[in-house]
Amino acid sequence: MSISLNGFVGRGDFERSLDFTIADGDVLAITGPNGSGKSTVVHTIAGLIPLRSGSLESDGAMWDAPDSQQWVAPENRTCAVVFQDLRLFPHMNVISNVAYGLRARGVNKDEAIERSKKMLTRVGLSSFDKRLPNDLSGGERQRVALARALVLEPRVLLLDEPLSAVDSASRAALRELLPEVLGSFAGATILVTHDLGDVEAMATANLSLN
Amino acid sequence: MKSQRVSPALKVVALIAAIFVALPLLSIVVRVPWSDLGNMLSQKSTRDALWISLQTSIIAAVISCLFGVPLAWLLARSASRGLSALRVVCITPMVLPPVVGGIALLTAFGRQGIVGQYLYDWFNISLPFTRTAVVMAQVFVAMPFLVLAVEAAFRQSDRGLEDAARTMGASPSRVFFTIAIPAARPAIVAGIALAWARSLGEFGASITFAGSFPGRTQTLPMAVYELVSVDYRLSLVLSLVLIFISVAVLAAMRDRWMAGR
Repeated sequence: MSISLNGFVGRGDFERSLDFTIADGDVLAITGPNGSGKSTVVHTIAGLIPLRSGSLESDGAMWDAPDSQQWVAPENRTCAVVFQDLRLFPHMNVISNVAYGLRARGVNKDEAIERSKKMLTRVGLSSFDKRLPNDLSGGERQRVALARALVLEPRVLLLDEPLSAVDSASRAALRELLPEVLGSFAGATILVTHDLGDVEAMATANLSLN
Repeated sequence: MKSQRVSPALKVVALIAAIFVALPLLSIVVRVPWSDLGNMLSQKSTRDALWISLQTSIIAAVISCLFGVPLAWLLARSASRGLSALRVVCITPMVLPPVVGGIALLTAFGRQGIVGQYLYDWFNISLPFTRTAVVMAQVFVAMPFLVLAVEAAFRQSDRGLEDAARTMGASPSRVFFTIAIPAARPAIVAGIALAWARSLGEFGASITFAGSFPGRTQTLPMAVYELVSVDYRLSLVLSLVLIFISVAVLAAMRDRWMAGR
């Protein structure tokens, strides 16, 4: 099982060529300075930005191939994203945020809640079910975003600067949690970061967009 | 906030403007026969008009919401060509003389109308001069107010949240109901209030398309119009009811309209 991208990604006037394949268990770090297109890669794989040309394939299924007009909508891709700005739903409590994707994918309510609670416990937020995202600290919000992605058991996990929006104390705690979580994650991971420490701690390969 | 200095001349002009608007409204309050108020409000013709007004305007506000919110969403999010033209068409009733709206409704849904003739020939349905026609006229003039308010909210809402929901497996309709609508809820509530208030005050389109039949299609504004020459005191009482409702809507929405104060 793998995901491969070969082609041009871009947004607006920005465009760059990429060619990589990652398999289950791999953690591909994408590094580079601001504006090098790191987040654009994540958004392209997630289906939020179309590929300019080339192909994006997952487990033999074509997700995006502009030349042959093949396209799989974001909601039908087996990937999950932790966005740089997290994008937690402010009107939903923690458990509803985490269960949202399961419910959207047809899991019944009881099971979705059960699985979400287990995932929250795993990221160290077992008693936060009813809290609203705005009442949480930066580190806690980050953990909710991580739980929200992992609970979907995606084939591909996309982490866009997962440690950038937290204070140094939370950062240290998340630095411990993330490798542990990724170690038991069966799918492929793409980790966007500008911190080489993150690469050393978690990645199995590095793609530099300098 | 410290008030900025306003020159005395400007103050006088501003005061004249305020008095011009307030004086006619206050005149009604002053001239209303307060001692007979209860008696007049309990008259059958008054109660009928009030009931028809409340019933039709609430139904019109609900219909405006059910159809106007998806329309606002389409206008805010679709990239289709011709959308600008659609927007202009949809909000035209806001600036159209209401009586022209009534004529337009008759031309479309009257017994000889473009659609109405088939409704009558095939299903024996005749819409003009019915209470349904009152509701249709109200929706025609009021829905654009809701559409504009809600479209603006959809445009300002965080598309990143909608994108996040889609990557989690949410279909476009689930995104609409679970992310976009909650985010736009204050604007939707304001839009419903606006549409309802506009429906309650509707006169021109309704009287043209639905007529003014007491107990059947006659709403409060129609009753006020007809009573002016017959029973002026009663028309004052009904006007007071409409003023009271309008002020109540404004008060309920003051936070939205007074934003920035």
